[in-house]
Amino acid sequence: MAYTKNKIRDLVEGTIDRDTLHTMLSTPKDKERFQIYLEILQEQVPWDDRIILPLGPKLFIVQRKSDRKWVVKSLAGHEFCDWRDNWKLHAVMHVRETDAEMEELYPRLMAPTTSWQVIREYYCPLSGDLLDVEAPTPWYPVIHDFEPDIDSFYQDWLGLELPERAA
Amino acid sequence: MNIQANFEGIVRGGETLKQHRDRLMEATKRTGHYAGIKTLELRDSQPILYNKLFSRLRAGVVDARETAKKIAASPIVEQEGELCFTLYNAAGDAILTSTGIIIHVGTMGAAIKYMIENDWESNPGINDKDIFCNNDNLIGNVHTCDIHTIVPLFHEGKLIGWVGGVTHVIDTGSVGPGSMSTGQVQRFGDGYQITCRKIGINDTLLRDWLHESQRSVRTTRYWMLDERTRIAGCHMIRDLVEQVIADEGIDAYMKFAYESIEHGRQGLQARIKAMTIPGKYRQVGFVDVPYEHEDVRVPSDFAKVDTIMHTPSEITIRPDATWRLDFEGSSRWGWHTYNAHAVSFTSGIWVMMTQSLIPTEMINDGAAYGTEFRLPKGTWMNPDDRRVAFSYSWHFLVSSWTSLWRGLSRSYFGRGYLEEVNAGNANTSNWLQGGGFNQFDEVHAVNSFECAANGVGASAHKDGISHAAAIWNPEGDMGDMEIWELAEPLIYLGREIKASSGGAGKYRGGCGFQSLRMVWNAKDWTMFFMGNGHISSDWGLMGGYPAASGYRFEAHDTNLKQIIADGGEIPHGGDHDPENPVWDSLIPDALIKRDKQAITTEAMFKDYDLYLNYMRGGPGFGDPLDRVPQSVADDVNGGYLIERFANSVYGVKLVKGEDGLFGVDEAGTEARRAEIRKQRLARAVPTRDWMAKERERILAKDAGVHVQQMFAASFKLGPRFEESFRKFWDLPADWQLQEADLPIPSYGREYSMDISELPDVRTVKFVDE
Repeated sequence: MAYTKNKIRDLVEGTIDRDTLHTMLSTPKDKERFQIYLEILQEQVPWDDRIILPLGPKLFIVQRKSDRKWVVKSLAGHEFCDWRDNWKLHAVMHVRETDAEMEELYPRLMAPTTSWQVIREYYCPLSGDLLDVEAPTPWYPVIHDFEPDIDSFYQDWLGLELPERAA
Repeated sequence: MNIQANFEGIVRGGETLKQHRDRLMEATKRTGHYAGIKTLELRDSQPILYNKLFSRLRAGVVDARETAKKIAASPIVEQEGELCFTLYNAAGDAILTSTGIIIHVGTMGAAIKYMIENDWESNPGINDKDIFCNNDNLIGNVHTCDIHTIVPLFHEGKLIGWVGGVTHVIDTGSVGPGSMSTGQVQRFGDGYQITCRKIGINDTLLRDWLHESQRSVRTTRYWMLDERTRIAGCHMIRDLVEQVIADEGIDAYMKFAYESIEHGRQGLQARIKAMTIPGKYRQVGFVDVPYEHEDVRVPSDFAKVDTIMHTPSEITIRPDATWRLDFEGSSRWGWHTYNAHAVSFTSGIWVMMTQSLIPTEMINDGAAYGTEFRLPKGTWMNPDDRRVAFSYSWHFLVSSWTSLWRGLSRSYFGRGYLEEVNAGNANTSNWLQGGGFNQFDEVHAVNSFECAANGVGASAHKDGISHAAAIWNPEGDMGDMEIWELAEPLIYLGREIKASSGGAGKYRGGCGFQSLRMVWNAKDWTMFFMGNGHISSDWGLMGGYPAASGYRFEAHDTNLKQIIADGGEIPHGGDHDPENPVWDSLIPDALIKRDKQAITTEAMFKDYDLYLNYMRGGPGFGDPLDRVPQSVADDVNGGYLIERFANSVYGVKLVKGEDGLFGVDEAGTEARRAEIRKQRLARAVPTRDWMAKERERILAKDAGVHVQQMFAASFKLGPRFEESFRKFWDLPADWQLQEADLPIPSYGREYSMDISELPDVRTVKFVDE
């Protein structure tokens, strides 16, 4: 089942109608979705670097226009690191580890106990957008949550040409 | 020596069950295709017949579930649908399953395979119209209260398959009443244990079984009617199979019984390629086991410790669309009832997958054969000790699986399949349980299943559904209050949405709900709490926050009898904002326990005492500052969000309209959100600066003993996990963390005895260990 670009834009913007949503959920996936999705996102970002893979609503792996290097970049335009690195190590962050900080988010008693669990927030240094939240125990290493095999994904799975990637 | 080789086996064609399964497994291993079936001959040559067989059998197992559940008296089965029927081939591999608690696709198959591997064929013998019963966790069952009824299927005197039915019974005669009790710390306290026992011949239950089983549990009537439910469903499916064979022929049926599993395996691979992205995905789950508290009364001092259960995972999706799930670094099993068998851990993951990756009606063992699992031996989900307890394995099953949603959702998000993104599932609690004499003056146990309706995780395009679902039963619901009041001597004083229980986000997690129960007409009554408290199991995704964690509220000696007689105001509705409680002042003389101790053991309750049953919410997706402001106002108006968090979490300035409902001050909201972004950056530090400080804390061993115990136990069982931890923090070689050095006991650390070490026992290995 294929969908129009407008319908996929509705999905991205959270306004998809129920009937189309039901069809999307209950029928085989539309292989061309990825390219249409990238087109929509590319139209929405304020920079010209080519999006290679979205990592979140405001985070992308992009091909930097100037030198064709692949980097992790935020919607606001901050470049974190090489696409293979853990971007969180190059972000700014804050750890909620007191009751008062937890109670900004949850009513008392419904917040985690900070000697058991903390909340780590990773921000875009330019905009202050909250890009990811981790909620582990104290001492827990920062998790490198996703290492995509983009070469196989583009070439073998989707039959797409791999965008140029400078070393 | 395999003496079976000298005998004519019972399987159609003449093999023994063991020979049959061995042949299938050898061919599977050799070819990579189930039973060596490389081409789906029946499907390819007679697709109409293949689909007809599928449709008739699938409809039949669903029909059996829907019909049989009406026999049950237990609201767990009749209201919540906590039952499932599955059709197996002769080797015990699932062909088709009904709706319901489909985790048991694997668990009942594991029981059949145990009977095969341990030669049940010669002793006690397997004959047409036999009935077997199993609930043994050590061979694959989820927890003791899931009771399996298994019936062999014969055609012209030879075995052609099996049918299994399972219900979640309300009590198993464990140390404490209720099906998932907390007080015991070993299997021997989990209650009645049945290992693939022959309980019936000629379709008739044996009298010794009936007498023994009914006195082994508290809720005899529910137990017996649940059993009739399972038998009726199995026999409906047996009749169906006989009819299908009469109509379509035995050869077609037998071909379908094996081909469909390879079809399922191929189907999973196709879906992986159609929906995901190859690569590595890492995530982690935790849950608290707060046993040091005075209200957790256990028989063994060595169990009276605070610990954290921990499961990191790495999903590898290969370019050929095969995949491997590795749980290196998971915690050791513990002295509590939250351990699980490898089969239940892996089977439950299929329940998850049916809701996104494989949303088809063909749920069978094909998907299991298409997945490589690595569960290190000795971990909580692959224990190496025959003493471990399992009665509430779900405590960490649900909390560890929720992290897998995040991994898969990263791939769905990357491809643009936003409709499939799910930030996680709720920790499905609280479990209200207890017992004593009920309103009908009978020995009774209760196990409210209201938490079959928790909040759902947010998606990438919409909020999670509130008070709607549980990960272990895709069709769960909260049940009718009137039915629960019949099943439990507990009157409802309120049932409402649990505000702020869903995790915040651009799309928020679904909220749970809460029920305030007053004990009424009970005698010698006890109750306890079971859920997460110090830890929220769900993290949120891509900027979304975790769901709220749990707490308990109970009140004793409330004087409510007098307050009611005087026409006074009584607690009712929900505990809307536990930071600013309103009930407590209405019962000034009461002994109130309002704290984070969300797991307790049996406490005494009497009439007019109160108990709050709080069902958890799901995690959020995306930055809360990106949420549509009016949606935040709607949340407050609808009772989903406590008012002050509109400002502190969402940066929304609310204005109250003349109708009493909140709207949005758009300009004020824009300014407030800009201010929050500035505040975030003002208090943020570069991650590496934080790491340098956190490293100092690690070097100084500055963390609670429960945190240190968690890491030490994971290091011992997961050397790669320890290596990555040491590398990440750049720790010197002389920094060591061992359980033996911690000031709490760690029985089981060095010594264990696996069930396979018992005489004449052959266990079945299902995962890479």
